[in-house]
Amino acid sequence: MNLQLVPWLELAILITLIGSPIVSRMRDPRRAYRFGMAFTGISFACTFLAWLAFYVGTPPELTQRWSLLYYLFGRQFLALDELSAPLVPAVALLHFLTAMSTSRTHMRRFSFSWSLASEAIRLATFSCKEPWILIGLFVVSTIPPYIELVNRRRPTRVYVFHMALFVFLLVAGWAIVESFGRSSGGVPWWAMLPLVAAVLIRCGTVPVHCWLTDWFEHASIGIALLYVVPLSGVYLAVRLILPIGPDWVLRSIGLMSMATAVYAAGTATIQRESRRFFAYLLLSHASLVLVGLELQTELSLTGSLALWFSVIISLGGFGLTLRALEARFGRLSLTEYHGLYEHSPTLAVFFMLTGLASVGFPGTLGFISTELLVDSAVEANPLIGIAVVATAALNGIAVVRAYFLLFTGTRHVSTVSLAIGLRERLAVLTLSALILGGGFFPQPGISSRHRAADEILEERRLRTGADTRPLPQAKRDVPRERIESSLH
Amino acid sequence: MISLQHILIFLGAVVVIAPLLLAVLLGLSSLLDLKVTEQTTTRAIQAAIASGLVASVAVLAGMLISGERHLASGTWYWIVIPGRYHFSVKFVFDRLSVPFAILSFVLSGTIGAFATKYLHNERGFNRFFVLYALFVLGMVVTSLAGTIETLFAGWELVGLSSALLVAFFHERAAPSRNGLWVWTIYRVSDAALLLAAVTMHHLRGEGDFDSLLGGGSWPYEYSSVTSNQALLVGLLIVVAAAGKSALVPFSGWLPRAMEGPTPSSAVFYGALSVHLGAFLLLRVSPLLERSIPLCVLLVILGLATAVLAYLAGSVQTDIKSVLSFASLSQVGIIVAEIGVADLLSGIGTAVSSHRLATLAIMFKYIALTHLLGHACLRTLQFLRAPTLLHDYHTLENAIGEHLPTSSSSWRRMAATRSRPSLYRFALERGYLDTLLKLYIVEPFQRVFRWCDSLERRWTDFLTGKASRESEQDKNPFGTIEEFS
Repeated sequence: MNLQLVPWLELAILITLIGSPIVSRMRDPRRAYRFGMAFTGISFACTFLAWLAFYVGTPPELTQRWSLLYYLFGRQFLALDELSAPLVPAVALLHFLTAMSTSRTHMRRFSFSWSLASEAIRLATFSCKEPWILIGLFVVSTIPPYIELVNRRRPTRVYVFHMALFVFLLVAGWAIVESFGRSSGGVPWWAMLPLVAAVLIRCGTVPVHCWLTDWFEHASIGIALLYVVPLSGVYLAVRLILPIGPDWVLRSIGLMSMATAVYAAGTATIQRESRRFFAYLLLSHASLVLVGLELQTELSLTGSLALWFSVIISLGGFGLTLRALEARFGRLSLTEYHGLYEHSPTLAVFFMLTGLASVGFPGTLGFISTELLVDSAVEANPLIGIAVVATAALNGIAVVRAYFLLFTGTRHVSTVSLAIGLRERLAVLTLSALILGGGFFPQPGISSRHRAADEILEERRLRTGADTRPLPQAKRDVPRERIESSLH
Repeated sequence: MISLQHILIFLGAVVVIAPLLLAVLLGLSSLLDLKVTEQTTTRAIQAAIASGLVASVAVLAGMLISGERHLASGTWYWIVIPGRYHFSVKFVFDRLSVPFAILSFVLSGTIGAFATKYLHNERGFNRFFVLYALFVLGMVVTSLAGTIETLFAGWELVGLSSALLVAFFHERAAPSRNGLWVWTIYRVSDAALLLAAVTMHHLRGEGDFDSLLGGGSWPYEYSSVTSNQALLVGLLIVVAAAGKSALVPFSGWLPRAMEGPTPSSAVFYGALSVHLGAFLLLRVSPLLERSIPLCVLLVILGLATAVLAYLAGSVQTDIKSVLSFASLSQVGIIVAEIGVADLLSGIGTAVSSHRLATLAIMFKYIALTHLLGHACLRTLQFLRAPTLLHDYHTLENAIGEHLPTSSSSWRRMAATRSRPSLYRFALERGYLDTLLKLYIVEPFQRVFRWCDSLERRWTDFLTGKASRESEQDKNPFGTIEEFS
């Protein structure tokens, strides 16, 4: 059988869906771990093949013969496009590495079954473009975190309050938008408000961001990471708002996101506990991605999409490092020095590498995306450019402050070995390879994100007839012969 | 047919690749947790520094023989979005960059040789040399950068490695606190440079120095930007340089940086890192001279730093602090020299005076020579300092009494009534750190802590009880040691 005929994406989702109930029946945590890792690993391999098939240009119709969705519904509503093609394997990889690096102390707490179920929802979400199905997936995706909190006997009210509001506004908002969309007069300005509010809640924009920090307080860190690091809220914004939103809506989201990015970066620098620090760091980055998206230029979109991928990889790795530290030392306060370097030098190196990659340090995956974002922000509005630079600077200070507090300042005395384990090492090495590889050879990644940006802008042009503010050609262009001569 | 130009470009590539390979080798071994012996590390350093130094000296010799004043490596377009954006990497060899690169190799090589003995059997031996390799790479990239983006990459590497070296002694809190302070100042400096890079990109469509600074080779370049554009980019660059070179109001980080081991103090803060800001100002001097107010600001900034550093240095009680402030006072003078050179050049252009233009070029060479000579002298002093103290003790033991000390000149000159306040001013290092803490750091922290407390009240209200388990006294999960 021709491998191109296999619907790899559906297979990846199916495997996690099958894996979840199988693993849930296992009582032995180590057995659950082995199976959980196997299912997420196979699922990642399938998403990787789906990505490969997309890039070699396999037409979606080829996979219809073996497609379960086509068989059941007569159409395939889950498919990769330029935007989602690298995001889906990245999300699957994050799940696989999180499962793989689960330490023995975390095996009882980390629910592999719910993790697999959530992965299925997430993979489906990131490969879906149809609004109502997407909304349905987002609604369903709010359930596993709730069950996680209930199972751990932690307070659920903050989460429930925000997510209930999110679900209500999302469903009502899209229903209103759709009803006006059918009429000839177009969507009035107020009709967009519920949808915008829903997206802002899901993205954790200030002042409706407290659910995210509260979620990190109470959930197991692995599950917490997997729920928020892929930046699903940003995906919602790209699919539902960006193609149809009027300029003022996008500008408002951009401004609120910018304020959130600065606020979260500032708050990250004064945090007294490592998880909350991570939550704010993530919020700041998620908001930066939104800022770039809402500027609506080719460059800003490219930078923002590249930053999105970089955030999944670098903050995913950063979170996994933090998780490995927590497995050894428990919750880590940032009010005193811990001096963990001598016990876990490798974790210290990964902490620094992934943290700096997230803030766009040269030679890492985030460098070019941050540079593109700053460049386009300055072009759109110098004040936004300054705010983006200030955010990056504050995030950098927060990361190094946390590094010094966790790894230096005193000598930690321990009676057992606290060195990094093989599985954790493999996980962080994989992410480090992506961070450094993408940092030194950024062109393929940026080209792919540029194509995705073009696709998004084209869709917006078609649906709204909007001018997407293309840059003046001459200003940034390099004579083609100069580029070609340098490439040769 | 291989021409001299090809040979020089090949040698130029060696200058950059040698420290790059060293950083990759030591960095990867650290990342993969491979045990590298001290001997292997030492040999790798010797090989990288020697090949980089020989290649850079050969480039200089080749350029002198051929009369070439400006040699550029081919531009490598690292990122190209056709019709929209490009990020280029380019290295330039001229009368400014080559001496600075040679200086970097000479001093790094000296310190490398010293440090392999000084840190022998030290637990952080490999860590030190990973940071050392990153520092050397950063210095070389910054020195030879032909575009502002390339310079920014090197600049950041220098900043990170310096901050981590300040906190090298992990077991104490003070080095970590000082490392964070240094890093914070460097981030401000980096942010200013990044904004300058982006602004420059927008003014010229690319970050190439050749495009911004006009034709010709250093120090004869002439920029065609307007005075307003020069003021905007120039101000950002001055902030960046002030942060890196510890000029007023950022001077407080320099004595804090002395927490690091002696070799790093010597090379990073006494010799190379602290001069990087002055180097940047020399590099962009054709731009600075387009704005007279900027030149005046530079002179004032340099002189203020020199006076402050002299006063602060006069009341220090340990030799590393005295040397660091002595370094700073010289850096201040170098910056003032650059300011004077730019001012003369700016006025010379305005009144079309050839004599003023010649004088300006002379001042630029004075500043460069001052920089190179001072860096070498200060490295020697830093390395000699510990043994010098030992020698003094031996001498005093031999003669049976303390050596005579002379009071400093300002003490003799200052009026009796103003002496205590002047002394306090010097002891508090011009109150600069206090002012930064009082008016920037503390209000910043207060505002964000207040916001944080509001958030806690809100989540407590929603939860109906205390919502932050992370703020409970007892660790809710325990550590692995409790499990074992």
